[in-house]
Amino acid sequence: MEDVLVIGGGNAALCAAISAAELGARVLLLECAPKDFRGGNSRHTRNIRCMHDTPVDVLTDAYPEDEYFDDLLRVTGGETDEHLARLTIRSSSDVRAWMAARGVHFQRALSGTLQLSRTNAFFLGGGKALVNAYYRTAERLGVRIVYEADVRKLEMTDGRFLAASYVKNGEAQRVEARVLVAAAGGFESNLRWLREAWGPAADNFLVRGTPYNMGWVLRELIDGGAQMIGDPTQCHAIAIDARSPKFDGGIVTRLDSITLGIVVNKNGDRFYDEGEDLWPKRYAIWGRLIAQQPDQIAYSIVDAKMQRRFMPSVYPPIEANTIPELALALGLDPHALKKTVDEYNLAVEAGTFDHTILDDCKTHYLTPPKSHWAQHLDTPPYWGYPLRPGITFTYLGVKVNEHARVLLQDGVPSPNVFAAGEIMAGNILGKGYLGGIGMTIGTTFGRIAGEGAARYVMA
Amino acid sequence: MSWLEPSLAAEGARIMTICNACRYCEGYCAVFPAMEQREQFGPADLGYLANLCHNCGACLPACQYAPPHEFGVNVPQTLSQIRVASYQLPRRKTVLMLGIASAGLLLLVLLAGTAWTTLFARHDGGAFYEVISHDEMVRLFLFAGAWALVGMGLVFAIRHGVVRGVRRADFGAIRRGWSDALRLVNLGGGGEGCIEEHERPAQVRRIYHHFVFYGFLSCFLATIVAAFYDNVLGWRAPYPFASLPVIFGTLGGVALLIGCAGLFRLLRERDVALSDKGERGRSMMLLVFLFATAATGLLLLVFRGTAAMGFLLILHLAIVFGLFVTLPYGKFMHGFFRIAALIRFASEQGD
Ligand SMILES: Cc1cc2nc3c(=O)[nH]c(=O)nc-3n(C[C@H](O)[C@H](O)[C@H](O)COP(=O)(O)OP(=O)(O)OC[C@H]3O[C@@H](n4cnc5c(N)ncnc54)[C@H](O)[C@@H]3O)c2cc1C
Ligand code: SF4
Ligand code: SF4
Repeated sequence: MEDVLVIGGGNAALCAAISAAELGARVLLLECAPKDFRGGNSRHTRNIRCMHDTPVDVLTDAYPEDEYFDDLLRVTGGETDEHLARLTIRSSSDVRAWMAARGVHFQRALSGTLQLSRTNAFFLGGGKALVNAYYRTAERLGVRIVYEADVRKLEMTDGRFLAASYVKNGEAQRVEARVLVAAAGGFESNLRWLREAWGPAADNFLVRGTPYNMGWVLRELIDGGAQMIGDPTQCHAIAIDARSPKFDGGIVTRLDSITLGIVVNKNGDRFYDEGEDLWPKRYAIWGRLIAQQPDQIAYSIVDAKMQRRFMPSVYPPIEANTIPELALALGLDPHALKKTVDEYNLAVEAGTFDHTILDDCKTHYLTPPKSHWAQHLDTPPYWGYPLRPGITFTYLGVKVNEHARVLLQDGVPSPNVFAAGEIMAGNILGKGYLGGIGMTIGTTFGRIAGEGAARYVMA
Repeated sequence: MSWLEPSLAAEGARIMTICNACRYCEGYCAVFPAMEQREQFGPADLGYLANLCHNCGACLPACQYAPPHEFGVNVPQTLSQIRVASYQLPRRKTVLMLGIASAGLLLLVLLAGTAWTTLFARHDGGAFYEVISHDEMVRLFLFAGAWALVGMGLVFAIRHGVVRGVRRADFGAIRRGWSDALRLVNLGGGGEGCIEEHERPAQVRRIYHHFVFYGFLSCFLATIVAAFYDNVLGWRAPYPFASLPVIFGTLGGVALLIGCAGLFRLLRERDVALSDKGERGRSMMLLVFLFATAATGLLLLVFRGTAAMGFLLILHLAIVFGLFVTLPYGKFMHGFFRIAALIRFASEQGD
């Protein structure tokens, strides 16, 4: 019989395991990935969103609680539990010291290219360095870690956890524990599950993060009586390079060229206003837009004037000197693409181009319009990038209270089941996304869950 | 042909393109900010970036794309391979043979030239020049010194384009470059320390490197002072224990022993994935030479009044000779390229 069983091996799981072990509990952590790929989506992260009232260590200016909460309200359209959200936001103000004491290093503020240093603290070396530091700390505290332990089954009666079964090297193992912390992420790697919501289109989705978040633990919790929260059919998806790996492509596959040119589907037609809003705000709608196009593919096209204005991407652009040649290189119908570009160029009105604001360069009598940054597509060489929807995470989770305890159907908290991280993020992030809040939620609730679990077994 | 093999050039460019789209490691060292100022990564850029890399190792375990990920990004090893290529003229084995052969040759020549009886006779207070004549010693080391200087100069002259910026560095950049080099700011893993056994960051490598560098400097100073005493003031060695050459030499020698032994141990225990085999071998060779130089020098000091003096003196001279002869072709060159790259970095970042 174990004291505390933590399922998962990302940020939330590690924060929980460390917190429980520091209070003296014996902790077993089951991570289904092999050691080289441990850390779930947390290994692909790079920052954490933190409130602060004055400039502190790596954060500039101020980012007070209310502004943080307003940002959250805006992106979620109100789909958030204010009590849990404010608790998370407040705990983010001193979370960096806790993290630093457990081996996480932060990058100095205002380093070069980063403009986000007001709201977000950047991890030195990114999320994998953070995960490595936490594993070292957990090992030092005596947490036992089993890799390649794929948990498939939870035994629960009346919302009380008894035991978990996992598969390791093809063999089934059963482990009993007095308390469970479920921190196994969402179900974004489970293509079959995604197909239930999206139909066959899901087969063409790429998964930006880990291939290991299959959602088994989430489903077992729900089957065991936990209350669901968040839209089961929704996921956060952005436009990424279609040449990216099916899984684990991480940050380098994103493409920031969309607002600077036009985007067409496989028929060579434009289908949405590329200049609707400033890029960071519109970042997340393009995944869904492309998912709705035939074969879930689209192409971002820019001309030579724009080529220095976006972050270099990891794949080389497909280049040609005329639009029909580019169409051929991209596998599109040259006449169709030429027609789209000609119509677009005719509709572009003169204005003063400024990519940092909603400028006055727009199209006239064009459907769909391009409402900002519309420039003639006329200067070779032309560059094309194929795009596909890239899933970041899913919203479905289990409902928890402020002690990170999982709530059962009747609204009563489970006596010995805690949840942390993406598996319960839907309580705070019902939809939309606020950069860096995933790590804030995981760290806050991981710590609460770990402490709660340890208190439960020590009592 | 370019100094960089096409396949290595392609791999370097591939990896730097991935890093440039990622940038998670930008807080670790100078390599990443320097990379962010570029879009293309030709051999000249790669050579510069490779010489900025101090091989602290931090960016391998931190990399979300490290092998076995299909992107297979290994920045420390790739830059290590490029770095070795950037100042490598002959093959590594040739160099090793050259060093051993010349040391052996010198040993033989000196032993044969010294009568057996003088060699093991007890010399009063360490009368070095009874074993090997003053002129002979001066001639030998003028030759070895000239060989080393000319060799190093040649290598640097041929390859300096790899690290030198197009524009002249101003005084501020030169000062900042030297200061970064002397403090080894880039060997700190961005404050975390280097990656050592079990992927654990620590500052030990930086500290040992300081021992080696400043130890070497101190020994070098001892030699300069001794040469001044000898040639200008006409004071002949051996010098008393409380003299400047002996004090500098002893301090430097002890520092070298500590630093070389420490770095050697760290290098042996280090994950081989962190660097190029060739660079590792060269580093070890230099460390062995420096350690042996310091060890025989200190032994000579302790036993200079005994019958072992003659043999120790010749052994020490042979090792120093071997060290000098191999300097231009081994790891020692990294110092010059490193400083040039850091000055260029300071001047690029300055504007
Ligand atoms: C490319 C990318 C970049 C991102 N950048 C940021 C960022 O900068 N800041 C931010 O705040 N958020 C970011 N996010 C979101 C962030 O990754 C998540 O919000 C956060 O990592 C969730 O942490 P977690 O511990 O709950 O889940 P994860 O880190 O995904 O961990 C889940 C763990 O559970 C394990 N697991 C799953 N199923 C099982 C099972 N059945 N048995 C055993 N173990 C199992 C997995 O192997 C994994 O270790 C990013 C996401 C992606 C994809
Ligand atoms: S080493 Fe890896 S994590 Fe670091 S910048 Fe390069 S690609 Fe990114
Ligand atoms: S090994 Fe260290 S010095 Fe070299 S590039 Fe990586 S972080 Fe920089």
